[in-house]
Amino acid sequence: MALPREHTQSVASQSISDVWPSLLGVVPFGLITGAAGVSAGLSVLQTMASSLVLFAGAAQLAAYQLMGSGSPVLVVVLTVAVVNLRYLMYSASLAPYLAGWKLAWKVTGAYIMVDQLYALSLHRFREERFSSPLSRWVYYITGSALTWVVWQVAVWIGAGLGAKVPPSWSLDFAIPLSFMAMVFASIRDRPTAAAALVGGISAMFAATLPYNLGLIVASLAGIAAGMWLERKRLS
Amino acid sequence: MIWMTILLAGLVTFYLRYSFIGHSQRIQTPEWFRHALRFVPAAVLSALVCKALVYYGGTLQMTPSNERLLAAMVAAGVAWRTKNVLWTTVTGMLALWVLQALGL
Repeated sequence: MALPREHTQSVASQSISDVWPSLLGVVPFGLITGAAGVSAGLSVLQTMASSLVLFAGAAQLAAYQLMGSGSPVLVVVLTVAVVNLRYLMYSASLAPYLAGWKLAWKVTGAYIMVDQLYALSLHRFREERFSSPLSRWVYYITGSALTWVVWQVAVWIGAGLGAKVPPSWSLDFAIPLSFMAMVFASIRDRPTAAAALVGGISAMFAATLPYNLGLIVASLAGIAAGMWLERKRLS
Repeated sequence: MIWMTILLAGLVTFYLRYSFIGHSQRIQTPEWFRHALRFVPAAVLSALVCKALVYYGGTLQMTPSNERLLAAMVAAGVAWRTKNVLWTTVTGMLALWVLQALGL
């Protein structure tokens, strides 16, 4: 499995040059997430522990908000599961490319899975120079680890600055904004557009349901709409 | 209680990520499930965004005078064109601050 050292280095630097533009978005998102944890009433330690354990921005934000308002454990865990359901899909579509990975690589690769590296890896792994399990591992882990470090530092700084940012700045608005580009990137055809449209509109009308249940109901409605439209097109 | 919540949420999150990577040889998923997974990112992310536009500060703000809805429309235009997280966020924040300053 040994690869020439030059090859490993070129794969690693490819990963860095692919991932760095997205780090510009990771920094403000991490700062806001850290600040949100502290302003929801959690300590800096609890905010950081969640960040290290979860390593998932949207889920962290949802969890901070719910834990801060004293929601039951089951509600927090279920909400985190729903918000993170997309990782199940990432896992399913990455799996065929990672078949030759060692167990330790799979475990760390799963823990450190992020949207950016998922998308970049799927794109790169179809190239010949990424055909060996080791080169795929080096590519995936280099970009992911860089994202991980930048994210954790940003959350930590955000938690430290925390409540010092006045609410009139409306910095919490940057969170839905930072996901907006990902929504549009996930729309590839009419059925996925329908999923986004129905999911979004139902979420507005279901927003006041308790325990963040509106998010679950709206997501399921969006998925159902996408499946329905796809089936209609195929038949 | 918070520590137990963090731990459990972490285990669930890890298992969602590990699921297919770890057991790809053993899992046989029904076809409808694989179809449904394709729509998860669009539906979930859009629901997250849209909820946050009308529900913030602990109250529902579904009114035409909600500056966040207007700012979000500006940002959506940028997101649609560029698919860029940074530009979308910056544009949306600037739009919100301008709207708030104008007091519309």
